[in-house]
Amino acid sequence: VTPEGRTPAAAAAVARVFREEAGRLVGALYGATRDFDLAEECVQEALISALETWPASGLPERPGAWLATTARRKAIDRLRREHRLREKLTLLEHEPVRPSYEPEDRLRLIFTCCHPALGREAQVALTLRAVGGLTTPEIARAFLVSEPTMAQRIVRAKRKIVEAGIPYRVPEGPELTERLGEVLAALYLLFNEGYLSSAGPEPTRRDIAADAEWLAGLLLRLLPSEPEVMGLLALIRLHMARAAARFDGSGRLVLLPDQDRSLWDRRQIEDAGRLIRRAGAYGRPGPYQLQAAIAALHAEAPSWEATDWQEIVALYTFLHGLQPSPVVRLNRAIALRHLEGPAAALAEVDGLAAELDGYHLLHATRAELLRALGRLPEARAEDAAALRLTQNPAERELLRERLLGQ
Amino acid sequence: MLLFCNDDTWEKVSPDELKAMYGEIGAWWEKHSKAGTIFGGAQLQPARTATTVRHENGGTLVTDGPFIEAKETVGGFALVEVADLDGALQLAKTWPAKGSVEVRPLVPDNMSGM
Repeated sequence: VTPEGRTPAAAAAVARVFREEAGRLVGALYGATRDFDLAEECVQEALISALETWPASGLPERPGAWLATTARRKAIDRLRREHRLREKLTLLEHEPVRPSYEPEDRLRLIFTCCHPALGREAQVALTLRAVGGLTTPEIARAFLVSEPTMAQRIVRAKRKIVEAGIPYRVPEGPELTERLGEVLAALYLLFNEGYLSSAGPEPTRRDIAADAEWLAGLLLRLLPSEPEVMGLLALIRLHMARAAARFDGSGRLVLLPDQDRSLWDRRQIEDAGRLIRRAGAYGRPGPYQLQAAIAALHAEAPSWEATDWQEIVALYTFLHGLQPSPVVRLNRAIALRHLEGPAAALAEVDGLAAELDGYHLLHATRAELLRALGRLPEARAEDAAALRLTQNPAERELLRERLLGQ
Repeated sequence: MLLFCNDDTWEKVSPDELKAMYGEIGAWWEKHSKAGTIFGGAQLQPARTATTVRHENGGTLVTDGPFIEAKETVGGFALVEVADLDGALQLAKTWPAKGSVEVRPLVPDNMSGM
């Protein structure tokens, strides 16, 4: 039973309802009031009311309608209390707010929440709240910050939307590509945040990696012919397909080469492969499609040794051409080891040492390569450097074990 | 829109380049003024001409130089009328001079107390 006094199954059912309804309701209320802050706030209050009353009364027969009525009532109360916007009030009092089934509504909402005029953290928090129907305490717990800090982040973001005049609109033409990149980056950050921090079962923390997958799936339903959206969704699904093998029986992190591949979700991997091929047919490659293709090659390989390293190195080279980054070069070097040996890979990694000195995976990779070359004292020093640079408990434990084993 | 620039770069360019730059800026300004998007603004003399008056401890303090010492300083401003932030950002992206453009909404008359 969770701290809210609900069983996990009931909590999951409520979360599903909130996900499906929250974004539609914010869109519908925004349409009626033209007030983003009011619409978002009242929907959030309706969700909180539901959390307070549903555990005792059970899920209403039509939960969407229940939430719509409650959110509308909250909006009317608020407008009355503030003696403002009389015509909006009249509108709300006489016209029932129905959750819109117009896909454009939630799409507009996503683009508003992920507008580049908002910081990445604010984009992510606001998207989870307004589109995903998460409550502020849930988001705060997921990001390991206090509730007041998260609440303030959300308030600031909404204030900026209203005061700076961030439009409620789906961008068009060449602007769409640019702005879509912003949305995808926010969703990928959200996924990574959830996926990397999920160190074993933690019932009090919401699985926001699953929320990221849901949001990416929603985005694909709303923009069905954008190959990069398919790429991101495939990438997320490929990671999730391997989730069961990431930790051993005692909760210790297991890296890709050592994972029990029979635990991987084959159906999920095949689905992702289909999605990647569908995206490829558009002939518009992009960073997410390439990363997904690399992840798919790993997922489809019978073993670490029998992975198609040639193709992986080629894909990393292509990716680096599209989006040059030292992290991409590091990953390319890791793959290169299997084609050209550890010495060649080490030479590549050494070339990145200055740029990635503060990145723990640079040091962990150097340690691996040095070990393979029999340079054990240097490998030890690099593992120690990696340990100092990461806070992730699972990674720390793995590095400590390596240091003890040497 | 606050138009930031690096005074040094402006003073280092050749007269021909300067002329070309002013030409581009002039054309940009005229185009958007004619369209009614720009309804005011000015170019400022370089930051070395700045004098700052600080109101402190009940008195005033006059100092040489801009309020904030920075590589890029405000070189001018444009008052623009657009539908929303995206309209302003689109316009800012076409600003022909290098440097940075800070976009801020104006306070409406009925709220400014002026």
